[in-house]
Parts: sequence; C-alpha cells; structure tokens
Amino acid sequence: MAFFENIKDLLGQIGDLTQFALRFFREAFRRPFEIREFVKQCFNIGYNSLFLVITTGFIMGLVLTLQLRPTMLDFGAVSYMPRMIGIAIVREIGPMITALICAGKIGSSIGAELGSMKVTEQIDAMEVSGTNPFKYLVVTRIWASTFMLPVLVVAADAIGLFGSFLVEQAKGDVSFTLYFNQVFQALVYGDIIPATLKSFFFGFAIGLVGCYKGYYSEKGTEGVGRAANMAVVFASLLVFIIDFLAVLVADILFEI
Amino acid sequence: MSQNKTHDGKPLITLKDVIKSFGTNEVLKGISMELYSNENLVIIGKSGSGKSVLIKCLVRLVDIDSGSINVLGKSIPDLSQVELDKVRTDVGFLFQGSALYDSMTVGENLQFPLRRHKHRMRGQDEGQLISEALISVGLEHAIDMMPVDLSGGMKRRVALARTLILQPKIILYDEPTSGLDPITSNEIISLILNIQRKYNTASIIITHDMDFVRVVSDRIIIIQDGINYAEGSYANLSKSSDPKIRAFFKERRL
Repeated sequence: MAFFENIKDLLGQIGDLTQFALRFFREAFRRPFEIREFVKQCFNIGYNSLFLVITTGFIMGLVLTLQLRPTMLDFGAVSYMPRMIGIAIVREIGPMITALICAGKIGSSIGAELGSMKVTEQIDAMEVSGTNPFKYLVVTRIWASTFMLPVLVVAADAIGLFGSFLVEQAKGDVSFTLYFNQVFQALVYGDIIPATLKSFFFGFAIGLVGCYKGYYSEKGTEGVGRAANMAVVFASLLVFIIDFLAVLVADILFEI
Repeated sequence: MSQNKTHDGKPLITLKDVIKSFGTNEVLKGISMELYSNENLVIIGKSGSGKSVLIKCLVRLVDIDSGSINVLGKSIPDLSQVELDKVRTDVGFLFQGSALYDSMTVGENLQFPLRRHKHRMRGQDEGQLISEALISVGLEHAIDMMPVDLSGGMKRRVALARTLILQPKIILYDEPTSGLDPITSNEIISLILNIQRKYNTASIIITHDMDFVRVVSDRIIIIQDGINYAEGSYANLSKSSDPKIRAFFKERRL
C-alpha cells in the first residue's frame, strides 16, 4: 500500500504546488513591487551561475563535436557539422543542459535559503515587520529565475558553439566566418523561438519549485536539507516534462 | 523585584477565550488575559504548553480558531493586511533565535523595518535612528558586521535594537535569555529593563528563567494544558501551596 500512499502524496504536492503558483500570479502584479530585491536576485541567480553555465556549455560544445565528427566523416557529411551542431545546441542541448545545471544550483540554493529562513523564524520576523514575505522572497526569486534562465541559455549556446568551432578549426581547418555562417544559415525562427520560450518556462519552474520547497520546509535542519534536495529532484523532473510539452507544441506550430 | 503597578485605563491587549488547534492537537483551550500600559507581564509554563503560539496569535503570525484578540483597540482577526501591518509597527517581537536576516549586515537588518514603514524618512535621519538603536544596546561598532560573525548574545542585542527601532508601544519577548550564559543573560535582562524605563513600553515576556521572572515581572500568568492556570505577582505565586505552581518556584536540587 506504500505505493498508493506515494501516489497520493505526489498528487497532494502537485495540488499544493499549483496553489502556490496561483498565489504567485495573484501577488506578482500587485503593488508594492520589490524592485531592489528583484535586481539583487537577478545578480545572485544570473551572474553567480554564469561561470558554471559557460564552463558546462563550452565543454558540451567540444565533446559533442569530438564525438560526432568521426561518424559524420564516415558518411562523408563532415561539412554538415556546423549546421547539425548549431541546431542541436540551440534547439535542445543548450536549454536542457543549462536548465538542469540551474535546477541543481538555483533550485537547491533557493530551497535551502528559504528553508533556513523559515526554520530560524526570519520569515516570521519579516512578516511582523510589515513585509509580505511571499512578495519579498518568493515573487522576486521566481521572476529573477524566469528572466535570467533565457540569458544563461543564450550564453551557454554561444560558448557551446564556440567550443564546437575550436574543434572544427583544429580538425578540419574551418574558419570562424565559415563556421558561424553555416550555423546561422541552418537556424530558422522555428528553432530559436520555441527554444527561447521554453527557457522562460524552465526558469519559472526552477524558481517556483525551489521557493515552494523552501517556503514550506519542515522545522529543523533536516527539513532544510530535504527542502534543498527535493527542490532539485522536482525541478529537474519538471524541466523534462516542460521540455516534452514544448517539443510537442513546437512540432504542431512550427512543423519541425 | 520590580514594583507592582496599578492598572489604570483600558488594557493595551485583551484576549478572550482564545482557542487554537493544530490538527487534532488543541494547543490553546480558551485563554483569556489582558496587558496594561507600562506593565511587564510574564508568561510561564512547561515546554509545549502553547506560550509561543499564544504570542504569535497576538500579531497574527498564527490564526486563531475562535475567541477574540484586541490589540491597541483593534480586533486582530478581523483586520485587513494593511491595517494589520499598521498595528504591527506598534508591536515589537523579539524571536527566540533572534531571527536576524542572514543575508544582511547588522545595519541593513535595522534599516529593513524602517524602509518598510517610514518611506519618507531621509537617509540622514534613518542613519541616526539606526545608530541610536545600536548605541542603546551597546553595539554601535557592529553596524557593518554580518549576523554569522556575531555571538549569541550580540545577535540577541541586535534583534532587540531591530525591535526597538520603530519605537513600539508593546514588545513581545519569546524566551529572550534562552541559550545564553548567565552573564550575557544578565546583560540582556538589564537591557530589557532599561528599554522599558526609557521607552515606557509594555511587555509580554515568555521565559523559563525564574531569576529573570523575579527581577522583571509585574504580573505572572502560568499556562498549563492550554489554559491560564494561575495569575498573580511573583510574591504571591511563590508562596502558593499548589504543587503545580510550586514546581515553577522551587529551587532546583539535582
């Protein structure tokens, strides 16, 4: 019966998460707007994740090209490498890898931060001092995560393509201009728009889950650890689900 | 012991038949009490008897199930969020673990409530208020320090300064000396007494420290099993023959 208990618990959490998201939309467009905190969170979430994201993006570009090149060579299609890598990175690999890295870094840090604020009564102290903690802590973090993720994805895409170019230049003597001309010739709006849109949703999901797990974390230090851990697990799972839905919708709208 | 004060005028806080449950656990089972101006009301009771929940109900950090709570003439359960925030500026709350914002410096911790409530205050006035509050707790040098770099006693003092900065009429203390060594506890006790004299605040203090109770209390309420079991001055209650009351006042012998 433990299986049914787990299903019941999961459905309960999905219901609570939906209510949390609805509360976000109710509070997000109402005054006062916590602009200063939003900017601070953009810095925390965006700038502080940049190094990790560009490092991963660079390695991803290098490895992908190194792995695929021999097979393309066998088929005599090595000249298609820039187009193929460009489409793969922009459409899928860039947004997904960035979202998963951010689910780990941002999701866990928001979950742990809000969880420890909850446990040490900082959220209560904020409420007593006349501040709506949901607005100040949750709304700002979800907005910042929603807006920063597409920026990080663009950075990861750019650096990933650059990494791929370095391999192409070393192995196939392809020039910078030729490589990026081929990449941009291959890309159409149907590749860029869905990828950018889904990055906003990834950011929203990561911020939402991190805040939800932290804001409702159980008392005690164990509760904080669990909040951070569950934030990563749930956010990663949501990223995959959103990706599947985004591909499905894009397939209908843009006929991939 | 501080002298008993006469209760003239209307009470600042009135609770009547307050009931609060968490699931099947009924924590408050019909508590009634009043707090008068300039009074130090001490609430004692065993751990888990609902003392912290009670003072959290006063500022609606916890919603009550039934009963009435009146603070400074306003019915707390019926207030809108904006009205509640106005009442909260007059009621300071010192949390058990200090509850300083970890991501802010000491100065920013004090600035936070000011920015929320005194939007039109000039930067210079704001700085002066912060430095006055820190001087009153003897920590003017710590303005740029982060909470993580402070000792337990210093954290408690900064939290006290943050509570004071809006000059509340009532201060609620949730175990202000818990987890502190006897010397630091005594420092906090003298600070609380000085603050009460300087700002004429009324206080509700939750504590297990009976030396603190003896020094600070004008009136004591003992909470037992979710109801107010006994009420009186330290002198009266300490002479009680009721074993449940005597348990709080007898000397500890191990």
